Amino acid sequence: MTMVRAMRTQREGSPWTGLWAVVAKEMADHLSSTRMFILEMLIALTAVGTAYNAASAIRSVAGLEPKFLFLKLFTVADEPFPSFVGFLGFLVPLIAIALAFDAVNSEFNQHTLARVLSQPIYRDALLFGKFLAGLFTQFLIYSAIWLLVFGLGVWQLGIPPTGEEVGRALWLLVATVFYGGVWMAVALLFSVRFRQPATAALASIAVWLFFSIFWPMISTSLATILAPIRIGTPEEILAQARWLLALRRLAPSQLYAEIVVALLRPEVRSLGLVLPFQLEGAILGQPLPLSQSVLLIWPHLTGLIAATILLFALAYILFQRQEVRA
Amino acid sequence: MSPTPVIETRGLTKVYNGLVAVDHLDLTIHEGEVYGLLGPNGSGKTTTILMLLGLTEPTEGKVQVVGWDPRRYPLRVKAQVGYIPDQVGFYGDLTAWENLMYTAKLNGISRKEAYRRIDEALNRVGLQEVAHRPVRTFSRGMRQRLGVADVLLKNPRVIIMDEPTQGLDPESAREFLDLIRELKGEGRTILLASHLLHQVQAVCDRVGLFRRGKKALEGTVEELALQVLGMSHYVHVEVEKDAPRLAQVVRRVPGVTDVEIHDDRTLWVKSRKDVRPEVAEAVVQAGGRLLRLDVELPSLDDIYAHYFKSEAGETENE
Repeated sequence: MTMVRAMRTQREGSPWTGLWAVVAKEMADHLSSTRMFILEMLIALTAVGTAYNAASAIRSVAGLEPKFLFLKLFTVADEPFPSFVGFLGFLVPLIAIALAFDAVNSEFNQHTLARVLSQPIYRDALLFGKFLAGLFTQFLIYSAIWLLVFGLGVWQLGIPPTGEEVGRALWLLVATVFYGGVWMAVALLFSVRFRQPATAALASIAVWLFFSIFWPMISTSLATILAPIRIGTPEEILAQARWLLALRRLAPSQLYAEIVVALLRPEVRSLGLVLPFQLEGAILGQPLPLSQSVLLIWPHLTGLIAATILLFALAYILFQRQEVRA
Repeated sequence: MSPTPVIETRGLTKVYNGLVAVDHLDLTIHEGEVYGLLGPNGSGKTTTILMLLGLTEPTEGKVQVVGWDPRRYPLRVKAQVGYIPDQVGFYGDLTAWENLMYTAKLNGISRKEAYRRIDEALNRVGLQEVAHRPVRTFSRGMRQRLGVADVLLKNPRVIIMDEPTQGLDPESAREFLDLIRELKGEGRTILLASHLLHQVQAVCDRVGLFRRGKKALEGTVEELALQVLGMSHYVHVEVEKDAPRLAQVVRRVPGVTDVEIHDDRTLWVKSRKDVRPEVAEAVVQAGGRLLRLDVELPSLDDIYAHYFKSEAGETENE
């Protein structure tokens, strides 16, 4: 037999061969693991607790205009406890990191990588399958939680949700999954980079802490350095405020917080700075239709998705270059 | 007509960070052959295997496995080649059956067909009793057999095993070698990488001796013995008496390279072929009374030890 004709480096066959087999296996792993069970219990308890408290708070101020009561289940806080979305802000990253921090390194540690990659699939399918399985798992968990909150709402408030409320909650669900996607991509990247799952988990949590605690402080100082207020003109104050907002929005948690505000408080008309002349002719306090609120969060959503894709691409490149033998 | 090569490499080279792991390797393995890849650790055996499967990119050279270039058609190659890595790993929390089901799905085998093949494969390696137990409870030998079942699922033309008997107790190792012979009997081509020589010798048709990424020697054990030791058979001759006198006669037999007089009754003959009939004839013609005649092949261990010892000596002289 003659040797291969022309040496072309292009590969033949779909990179997604075997993708669904990987997704199914990984999802089964996630849904049956003790780790996920603990987190699911945690988030379910949080949801029931906060939504119940919110419902009692809403009923106690009866006579209030009954608009978007169901959305208030997510946002009303029973001080000193945060609201349900407040809890979500840090539970979602935790779940996302838990789903992905040992995705690739555990395959190395269990010596399964060489065997799995010797099946007729590309590496692409393995990595992407793991990521997709994580996204689907999150979608499943959050859907269940959302239904729980709505069910509780019907029971406690005694009215059904409106279509508008359901729509807004669904958009929030999608945004939450994408917010989780960013943190999953971070954890996945570290799971490729670090051979020890514990190291990958700690590194992911470190990044998350940095963005949720230190970044707001750092961005404030950075804004004052980049746009100092020397005389105190409105232009200078405005420039600094713009810088501050732009820097803060580099943190996924900030983007998610703004999305939550726009979706759950329909009366919010802008997420950026609003100058008085821009409000001319606006009827304040009047809720925006859902489509307008979605328009408002569109850049935030694309930002979250872009960050996810970027991080996943990095993980992908690292993984492709890794040698199979440990 | 020469048989079709199932695995063929020409000038295959792999350089890791400036270190040459495989150095211009030419390898030809034919259909139905059991080929042993021998060499100390770090001699490039595993790297060669990974390149054959398209799991590692060769630096240069040509590869062809089951008629396809694994660089360009890795899926076609991997669909027909089963690989059992050294320290074969399974998902500990899944059962043996679930692990195999995952492999079946990755191979695109339909569910119904997979059920049949998994049962068959588990039966074959004697694991049907523990099919629904989590793999983390399995012993090393059971995992190794599960590795074979995992490979049998896809009914491969070629099976590549990396150090398959390492860490197995003698009984499991023997069973494993029987399994390899069975697979060969089905016409499958088997590539076996190992440094456990007597086992390789027991099952391999041909062996290739690896050293520093190069194939230093290749052939049947007999051929290698000739090349390295200058002989291929040990013949033990027992006579009634007069062994030293008969040694003179035996020495003249064509093919005999050396005769050692052990005592008055025993001669140890080294030869290039099986010279028992000739030796018997010579002894009888010289008036000797033959009591016993045995032949023994040199072991691969001898060849290996001798070869690497002389090589080491050479490099020291350099």
